[in-house]
Amino acid sequence: MSDVIPLLDIQNLSKNYGARVGCRDVSFKLYPGEVMGVVGESGSGKSTLLNCMAGHLTPDTGQILFDTRAEGPRDTLRMSEPERRMLGRTDWAFVHQNPRDGLRMRVSAGGNVGERLMAVGARHYGNIRHAAEDWLERVEIDTDRMDDRPAQFSGGMQQRLQIARNLVSGPRLVFMDEPTGGLDVSVQARLLDLLRGLVRKMGLSAIIVTHDLAVVRLLADRLMVMKDGDVVETGLTDQVLDDPQHAYTQLLVSSVLQV
Amino acid sequence: MITVDGLGKSFTLHNQGTTVIPVLENGNFQVNPGECVALTGVSGAGKSTVMRILYGNYLAQAGRVMIDGLDITKAEPREILNLRRHTLGYVSQFLRVVPRVPTIDVVSEPLLSVGKSEEEARERARDLLSRLAIPERLWELSPTTFSGGEQQRVNIARGFAHTYPALLLDEPTASLDAQNRETVMTLIEEAKTAGTAIVGIFHDVAARDRVADREVDVTAFTPRLAA
Repeated sequence: MSDVIPLLDIQNLSKNYGARVGCRDVSFKLYPGEVMGVVGESGSGKSTLLNCMAGHLTPDTGQILFDTRAEGPRDTLRMSEPERRMLGRTDWAFVHQNPRDGLRMRVSAGGNVGERLMAVGARHYGNIRHAAEDWLERVEIDTDRMDDRPAQFSGGMQQRLQIARNLVSGPRLVFMDEPTGGLDVSVQARLLDLLRGLVRKMGLSAIIVTHDLAVVRLLADRLMVMKDGDVVETGLTDQVLDDPQHAYTQLLVSSVLQV
Repeated sequence: MITVDGLGKSFTLHNQGTTVIPVLENGNFQVNPGECVALTGVSGAGKSTVMRILYGNYLAQAGRVMIDGLDITKAEPREILNLRRHTLGYVSQFLRVVPRVPTIDVVSEPLLSVGKSEEEARERARDLLSRLAIPERLWELSPTTFSGGEQQRVNIARGFAHTYPALLLDEPTASLDAQNRETVMTLIEEAKTAGTAIVGIFHDVAARDRVADREVDVTAFTPRLAA
């Protein structure tokens, strides 16, 4: 299996904020179809890492090799800005914790989904509308809400719409920042089930940053645990949660309240 | 199919004064295709720990565990996941249910993930659910709300859906009535005939005597306490 080219190969990634450490010397490989969870408390560097990988922040050192469709592995930090932005619109998707950061609130639900398609070159109105309808159905939004603005949606619906907007263009890698944060548990369960189904069916690779261990147990194949900017433990998700090796992971796992 | 060689395991509790608890030392056994090996030993001897290490759920501190040529103790997550998908099944005592997924899909999933057609997977799932006496009107419902016994039978159906070359069974007959117990015995015998190497924990002595070819007493791997 070692001859498979990783979709994403992160090497020695570090980012400091002045004297403070954001994340330090992070390296890992993500293979096609893998879902990796990144857990840790607030300030552990998990969001810094995610934003560096997605091109929202510039790391101080390190390499981010992405296996592009046309040219194979390329260091995204050394790409030109237009190239990187094209990648962000086609092969990558980013699901924000707050749907307002990932949606255009004054544009209709259908428009939010269709816009992503137009950005990658779709021009036929009928096709775009049809694709938008199909995606609203997939994320369980009634198609008669298609012309409503997201501001008129509940938080859970907004989040599902953001996911539709991100996945409509067929990305290969999805970054998710606390995708279920701030939602009711019943809404969370529905969203998780939906994400799980989409990831499996589309064979997506994903990196999910969260502090919710139940979320990673359900969605992630493997886990990375961060503390104070360092990666302290990695492994198969169920192994890290059931037999944690590092003191911090043991504390994290034993601090979860049993229901 | 399964070879355990010099297996050692301890737990280090960092947040409780860095206590180190040795649980296994120099564990050795092997299981051939078509053979069923029962792990025995008193409660706390480490039977479940051995099972979890075989499944890659616990890390080992020493030794090797070869399953179909892969050393589980050193494998990458994706190698273990691939092994679990195609080669290594595990029927635990409890069903870990994903909310909202219908029972028929829970049971078909292992077959779909090895590339079987939807039709073939559902056919097998229907057959197993009927044999394990899960009423048909429940098949389209999520097992979340089922009784403990029904959940366990769904779990068994799921575990036997795909014929794995290696299978781990943790008390597969616990709390089953006579008829369902008989069905599970038959499923185990069918798997053995198909060449599956099985490691099981059976507190049900009659069940153990019937399906197990050999016993491995885990007490032999319990570290001698220095006292």
